[in-house]
Amino acid sequence: MAKADSLQGSMDLLVLKILSRRPGLHGYAIMTAIQDISGEVLRVEEGSLYPALHRMEEAGWIRAEWITKDTGRRARLYELTAAGKKQLGAEESRWQAVTLAVNRVLREA
Amino acid sequence: MSLWKRMANVVRGERLNREIDEELESHIEEAIAHGRDPVEARRAFGSALRHREGSRDVRLIAWLESLRADSVFGWRQLNKTKITSAAAILSLALGIGASTAGFRLIDALLLRPLPVANAERLHVIAFEGTGPNGKMTYDSCSYPMFRQMRADVKEQAELIAVSYADRLDLTYGSDQEMEREYVQFISGWMFSAFGVKPAVGRLFSADDDGEPGAHAYAVLSHDYWTRRFGKDPAVVGRTVRIGETPYQIIGVAEKRFTGTETGTSIGIFLPMAMKNPQTLESWNNFWMRTFIQLKPGVAVEPVQERLRATFHAIQEERVKTFLTLTPQQKELFFKEKLLVDTAAAGRSNLQRDYKRPLGILAVLVALVLLIVCANVANLMTAQAAARAREMALRVAIGAGRWRLVQLVLVESSLRAFLAAILGGLFAWWAAPCVAGMINPPDDPARLSLPADWRVFGFVAMLSAGVTLLFGLAPALKASAVRPASALKGGENLVVRGRLMHVLVAVQVAFCFLVLFVAGLFVATFDRLTHETTGFSAERVLNLEAVTHQAQPPAFWEQVEEHLREVPEVESVAMTTWPLMSGESWVGEISIGGAAPSDVLTDLLAVSPGWMEEMRIPFLDGRDFRREETYPNAAIVNQAFANQFFRGEDPVGKRFEMVASSGGRSSVEIAGFVKDARSRDNLRLPIRPTAYVPFSAVDAAGTPQLRGRGTFVVRTHSANPLALASLLRQEVPRARPEFYVNNIRTQAEINLARTFRERLLAVLGLFFAGVALLLGGVGVYGVLHYSVLQRKREIGIRIAVGAQVGVIARLVTVDAFLMVVIGAVAGLAVGMVSLRFIESLFYQVRATDWTMMAFPWAVVLLTALAAAIAPVMRAVRIDPVEMLRAE
Repeated sequence: MAKADSLQGSMDLLVLKILSRRPGLHGYAIMTAIQDISGEVLRVEEGSLYPALHRMEEAGWIRAEWITKDTGRRARLYELTAAGKKQLGAEESRWQAVTLAVNRVLREA
Repeated sequence: MSLWKRMANVVRGERLNREIDEELESHIEEAIAHGRDPVEARRAFGSALRHREGSRDVRLIAWLESLRADSVFGWRQLNKTKITSAAAILSLALGIGASTAGFRLIDALLLRPLPVANAERLHVIAFEGTGPNGKMTYDSCSYPMFRQMRADVKEQAELIAVSYADRLDLTYGSDQEMEREYVQFISGWMFSAFGVKPAVGRLFSADDDGEPGAHAYAVLSHDYWTRRFGKDPAVVGRTVRIGETPYQIIGVAEKRFTGTETGTSIGIFLPMAMKNPQTLESWNNFWMRTFIQLKPGVAVEPVQERLRATFHAIQEERVKTFLTLTPQQKELFFKEKLLVDTAAAGRSNLQRDYKRPLGILAVLVALVLLIVCANVANLMTAQAAARAREMALRVAIGAGRWRLVQLVLVESSLRAFLAAILGGLFAWWAAPCVAGMINPPDDPARLSLPADWRVFGFVAMLSAGVTLLFGLAPALKASAVRPASALKGGENLVVRGRLMHVLVAVQVAFCFLVLFVAGLFVATFDRLTHETTGFSAERVLNLEAVTHQAQPPAFWEQVEEHLREVPEVESVAMTTWPLMSGESWVGEISIGGAAPSDVLTDLLAVSPGWMEEMRIPFLDGRDFRREETYPNAAIVNQAFANQFFRGEDPVGKRFEMVASSGGRSSVEIAGFVKDARSRDNLRLPIRPTAYVPFSAVDAAGTPQLRGRGTFVVRTHSANPLALASLLRQEVPRARPEFYVNNIRTQAEINLARTFRERLLAVLGLFFAGVALLLGGVGVYGVLHYSVLQRKREIGIRIAVGAQVGVIARLVTVDAFLMVVIGAVAGLAVGMVSLRFIESLFYQVRATDWTMMAFPWAVVLLTALAAAIAPVMRAVRIDPVEMLRAE
């Protein structure tokens, strides 16, 4: 099973994309969403998720908010910022370009 | 996340940790809630601590965080060693404070640009010539000279005439309400050239400075307006009478501008054209400075060349009017060279007089600061020895070398920072205090001493420099620690001890220098104040009086008579100005019709009884009689007899006074008195002096009117000032035309002659005391440390029967060797460098053995005193206890 962060740089793209569709997810939900949607193909290593989230928060692409859940526990929910939307666009087109290039190599080599 | 937030996170590190932990914890909870096995979930998640570190570093600034941690640790470290830390911080504070105070003074007097437009383009004309005491420079010009120069460089520069600031009598009402203020004549275009704006009213323009005597207008300075009128805008339009001329006040200059004479705050500006016409027209009356404001893009050199040519042409013309010049004098006259000096910081005599003393002050301060640094470095090295294990442990558990350097440097900066705050406070107090000692209290130097970015920047740079100076060596030392040997306890102590000893030698050398210089200044002051004046200043009060219009001698005598009636008055006499007040009148004399002599004679008009009142004893002859008038009789001093009569008793002989017009009048010598000092320069020998009668007649025998003079009063009471206000009132009571514009005791005048020397002596002593204290602490610290280090060795030596003397020698010999080396080095540096400031000394030389012996003795005694405690400690070591403890 591939790990999301083994595909270079794809972790940011995945997190941003998920958050653009479903704002207000906490770390665990983001992780499970990536796994579910990819049909368990992509798996996020829990250890690298949080530093990545905090790095993106620091970069201003996402922002976080503490909420208190019904269980009384606090959770930190993330959502996309305007800068994050822009970044997502950039990452998406870069991804398209890369896969296109890889496909061409596979086809024509 | 903003930089600010990241910085904020540095100080709320704990909370940040909690937040990250909570988020990670909630992740695991969530996983468990989704049915995962708790143990498996935690294992899959990995080390929480590692995640926290990873997240933490992006959420705050890592280096700032470590800095914070170091600061906290450093603070604890300071707290742990309170006494040594306090000693280090206090001595650093003293060093930084003294340096800052010195910088503030030097900056205010010599460096700070005038608050005028394009101060960097401002220059002043000066001249270099040869005077009686060798090379001399002066910066005065005559007005016609100024006008010609201005016309000649019109294209390249604007020239601005500014008179010397003069404290004049002026009044806003009657004669009885006279007051004194600094008045300065300036070119009408000065304000616009300097870009100075009015605070109220208007300032002069070039039109106010055209026709002589036509525009009797005055502009006040903001400072004077505030002091005298409490910023009353209604002052515009009022009239101030200065001399005989009423001036209408037209405005007040803006606050920042207090004139171009640094150290003096001008009260009233008047247009040049209002100066009396004879002065304005005279080519030989040098009474003002010429400022040059270069036009943009113009270099100094061509302007200087042009002005030199003009000056030479002027000299060619002037020399034709001097009929009595010898060829030698003529040659000197033409050798005078025009200079264009930069004047961005203004131009004043105070700058000239205090440039070198302040330079020396700066050197003394720097030496003290270096002693402080050496001291603190020593303290820290000693502490570092105690912390070698801690450092080794840090290295052993993986701290980088740089991290250790940072740790020690942060501790050093913490010290320097605290010291800078204390030092800043010290400087805040000390700079105005020293500035107040520059001039007599009735006429203080007014230096602007703002605490602005210049001062702040200086303190910051100084503190940083000092931190590196005293902190870098211990820091590098700490980082070079070898964990294996340090943890075993075998750190190389010899090397560390050697560094400390070298630092002691350096300290002693500097300390010696400071003491040496201080000793020379104190001796100079002492010799100058004990220089005999030849008269008695005790209980003498000088009432300097002026009259509305010049008055005949009979009226002056009337006032004198009246003052004799005042109770507590012992005697009264008259003279033109007080002795040693700085004013003088010189004349050329001739013996037996010969050419006038080269040596000038001081002339002083005195009334009968003045000699006795001043306690100047007669060697022969008699005092003046009432009916004797100038220029018919004279009393001469010993210097006069030596110069003109080969030391013989000159009573009954005659000499001629030669007027500048060439006219001669024959004078009979009626009396012969001992030398007494009348001029203000104590360093020069007393010159030939001829006293002449106070009352004067002209060639036709008509009494000459006199507009100013001094009543010299000797009182019965020990404090003559107690009578001052009474006497001030009695003068106009005797004759309403008279009023007193200044009262000074003779003692005060004498003291004022040595103000600069006193300042140097006081500051020298202060720094000598500080240097000595620090030097003593330094020696003590090193000895103390070496006793601690060698405890075991000493214990064994005592156990095997070493004598007290042997132990004492063992402990002190190295340090004393360093003291001697330091003192010799200090002496060598002193003998070489003090040549350059010899002109500030009087009758003492850097090579006098007594002047060298004094600091030697003091340094050695201090070292001995500092050694007592450590030696006592060494000999009291109990070998049994010592060996048991090991």
